[in-house]
Amino acid sequence: MSELIAFLEPDRAILDRRPAIIADLAGLLPDSCLITDERELVPFDTDAFVSYRRMPLAVVLPETTAQVAAVLKYCNENSIPVIPRGAGTSLSGGAIPQEDAIVIGVSKLNRILEVDFSNRAAVVQAGVTNISISQAVDADGFFYAPDPSSQLACTIGGNIGMNSGGAHCLKYGVTTNNLLGVKMVMFDGSVVEIGGKALDAAGYDLLGLICGSEGQLGIVTEATVRLIAKPEGARPVLFGFESSVAAGACVTDIIGAGIIPVAIEFMDKPAIEICEAFAQAGYPMDVEALLIVEVEGSDAEMDAMLERIIEIARRHGVKTIRESQSATEAALIWKGRKSAFGATGRIADYICMDGTVPLGQLSHVLEKTSEIIDRYGLRVANVFHAGDGNMHPLILFDANDPDESMKAEMAGNDILKLCVDAGGCLTGEHGVGIEKRDLMRHQYSDADLAQQMRVRAAFDPKWILNPSKVFPLDGRNGSQPGNQSADDRTAA
Amino acid sequence: MQTNFTAEQLTDPGVAESEKILRKCVHCGFCTATCPTYVTLGNELDSPRGRIYLIKDMLENNRPADKQVVTHIDRCLSCLACMTTCPSGVNYMHLVDHARAHIEKTYKRPLMNRITRGLLAMVLPYPGRFRASLYAARIGRPFAPLFKALPGLKPMAAMLELAPSSVPAQSDVARPGAHPAQGQKRGRVAILTGCAQPVLKPGINEATVRLLNRIGVEVVVPEGEGCCGALVHHMGREHDALDAARNNVDAWTRAIDNGGLDAIIITASGCGTTIKDYGYMLREDPDYAAKAARVSELAKDITEYLAGIEMPAPVNGASMIVAYHSACSMQHGQKITTQPKALLKAAGFTVKDPPEGHLCCGSAGTYNIMQPEIARTLRDRKVRNIERTKPDLIATGNIGCMTQIAGGTDIPIIHTVELLDWVYGGEKPAGLPDIDRAKSAPLVAAE
Repeated sequence: MSELIAFLEPDRAILDRRPAIIADLAGLLPDSCLITDERELVPFDTDAFVSYRRMPLAVVLPETTAQVAAVLKYCNENSIPVIPRGAGTSLSGGAIPQEDAIVIGVSKLNRILEVDFSNRAAVVQAGVTNISISQAVDADGFFYAPDPSSQLACTIGGNIGMNSGGAHCLKYGVTTNNLLGVKMVMFDGSVVEIGGKALDAAGYDLLGLICGSEGQLGIVTEATVRLIAKPEGARPVLFGFESSVAAGACVTDIIGAGIIPVAIEFMDKPAIEICEAFAQAGYPMDVEALLIVEVEGSDAEMDAMLERIIEIARRHGVKTIRESQSATEAALIWKGRKSAFGATGRIADYICMDGTVPLGQLSHVLEKTSEIIDRYGLRVANVFHAGDGNMHPLILFDANDPDESMKAEMAGNDILKLCVDAGGCLTGEHGVGIEKRDLMRHQYSDADLAQQMRVRAAFDPKWILNPSKVFPLDGRNGSQPGNQSADDRTAA
Repeated sequence: MQTNFTAEQLTDPGVAESEKILRKCVHCGFCTATCPTYVTLGNELDSPRGRIYLIKDMLENNRPADKQVVTHIDRCLSCLACMTTCPSGVNYMHLVDHARAHIEKTYKRPLMNRITRGLLAMVLPYPGRFRASLYAARIGRPFAPLFKALPGLKPMAAMLELAPSSVPAQSDVARPGAHPAQGQKRGRVAILTGCAQPVLKPGINEATVRLLNRIGVEVVVPEGEGCCGALVHHMGREHDALDAARNNVDAWTRAIDNGGLDAIIITASGCGTTIKDYGYMLREDPDYAAKAARVSELAKDITEYLAGIEMPAPVNGASMIVAYHSACSMQHGQKITTQPKALLKAAGFTVKDPPEGHLCCGSAGTYNIMQPEIARTLRDRKVRNIERTKPDLIATGNIGCMTQIAGGTDIPIIHTVELLDWVYGGEKPAGLPDIDRAKSAPLVAAE
């Protein structure tokens, strides 16, 4: 299949040195942490952006920060590209390797190191899954707020790389708002600590720069995250509408009225059907669009907020309103929503877009998205964080049909451009990765990109860290390994 | 997920089925999170997604299995936690079964591995041989530490350590025949005698028959019924597994034709998962497909069956704290999650759910023999989680888990049906502690 997205051409000199590189790596890590067999490398050739695949040169799964540092130092000295990998759940191809690269996976760094309730903080290794932080402190009445749908599997390291969000980020903010500090290995193997349990650190907000840098500024091995006390109660409520446009307008008005529930999630009819088939959550099946609005607090607080929301929903012709009556029911409602992407696999292959738009544009963008999808003769399921304007059209296609696969990618690009043109941006929480890399020029001018690349080069002068991602391959003048111009290494 | 099979490859029904399964996977990675071996080893190759990818690569390229693939497939417990987690509905069970059969056909295992696996397949499914081997194990036990030190012999050491110190006498319940209902008859069922369970714990089926008879259900043990085939099935010995399945389908079909059956009762959930899959396993056999599907339809775990029956008033007071250990074959394989706990609660027990209940205890058929190190790590983790609930006893519905967990804790572990039988007027199960929380309630409250 021809591919829309190019990778950097592998460096022949590195490929030729493969046996020597493997021998050197074997001196840096125990056998159980090093994968070099060709068969065993195959499962690391992609992440959840499964349309694109590249075999890595080797995979290392370090057990300590010191091992991460030793490998990075070695790779920098030998100008070998490095691909950081969490759980490999990226939807933008953030963890897809390349033939001349070494994957550094943090899956063995999976311990919670410290829980400090008096400072409302937890210190965890980078490979700890998002949900396991909340599980570890649940009995004590705390939780970690950002909750990407893949929270069961995705790692905190990957969350930091992509500045992940989630349904409940409407109220609590995304990863960057809940990250207090990191221990990070720099390109040359030096280990730095940034931030800590205090609310602010002296000097520049480097943590803000690290969070969302897609593994290009260093490899985080430990994180200190904010713990939040659980609310007294929480209640997801289902609002069914006769049209997506009505549901979208309702969201705009809820936020416009100054109401901030914990979450406002949107599902259109195809998404409702997909999620109901998996979770049997009792979503209304006779509506065109559904909002899951979660309120929290004391009963009185929840009732008061709900009353205002219901009033707004009525103005938009809400057809059904159902409050969850039990913790089990609430859990099912969220299980269905959070499994939406995977559950889509029951009916089709998909790619998931991540454009974010100003709330006032929600209905307009939904309508235009349908038009684009129709134009390509495809199907779409919309399920997204409506309160944040973070859209996730799932473009459905048949991966065994090369023509349709190509159309799906092209439709995706058109939708992302639409989001930018509507005053939004390419990505709300999934990151740029390779998926949106070549659209960055639609969002930024060359001067903007050059400035970002200068920041990147300050952290990683040889561009060894996740080099094929984020920035368009052309126009990276002189900042490549061995001072080779990026244009020379771009795949034809 | 994209697949690459030729039309010719897809003429093989096993490959065709695997292709359909692979097409459903979207590579989201959710399954890694609940996989016991991934959680333990932190390597995607030892996760469902990694294994799916290895299998896909092997099948697409028409390649014989090799050491790498076998290593990671062998480490799979077949606990099927991934299937509970998978939002896309990927049937990992049928995929890995196919891969195991492919391995068995195309890969020559190292000598000691072959011997151990051959021995297990020759002994475990046959109660007579198994009983004899347990006596032999008592003599061999002092050699366990010696075997442990030699890599190829670790499974032998594990076997010796798992063998019980005493072997119960053979039970009458295991012999073919009918056990009539008492009082008003409300049903007729067959019970799977099985292979290892009646040797290790004959009391389980004795309790089942007593309880069922007492509530008006006739229980028959059909002539000719034997091991369900799960043990050899999980070794990839497709031929042996299908023979075992056909044998049981025949035995139960005779019972159905001769008096009818409301259910085929299974008291070991590991067997239940396999028997419920007979319909699929024999789908390509025109003589058996329909009969096997009927058998699978009738197969019920004892708790599943009892959940549909109104139980009498309890006779014995069960005011104890029970940690309910849900076997993987129960919760993931058969999706039976609420019934056993509801029955225990209705019988008067206080039921606790241990944390990380979705993670396997490491028993997994012959896994604790073939992969003793990972099995022990999982067992210790399971025991820690169970002990956190401070139970008086542990209840579960699978003999494998009972043996495995008992090796790591002093808390008594008893089959759910033995507890139910006792509460509703049966014998007190061996090992049941003499505790009455109703009398010592103030003490509990103070804790």
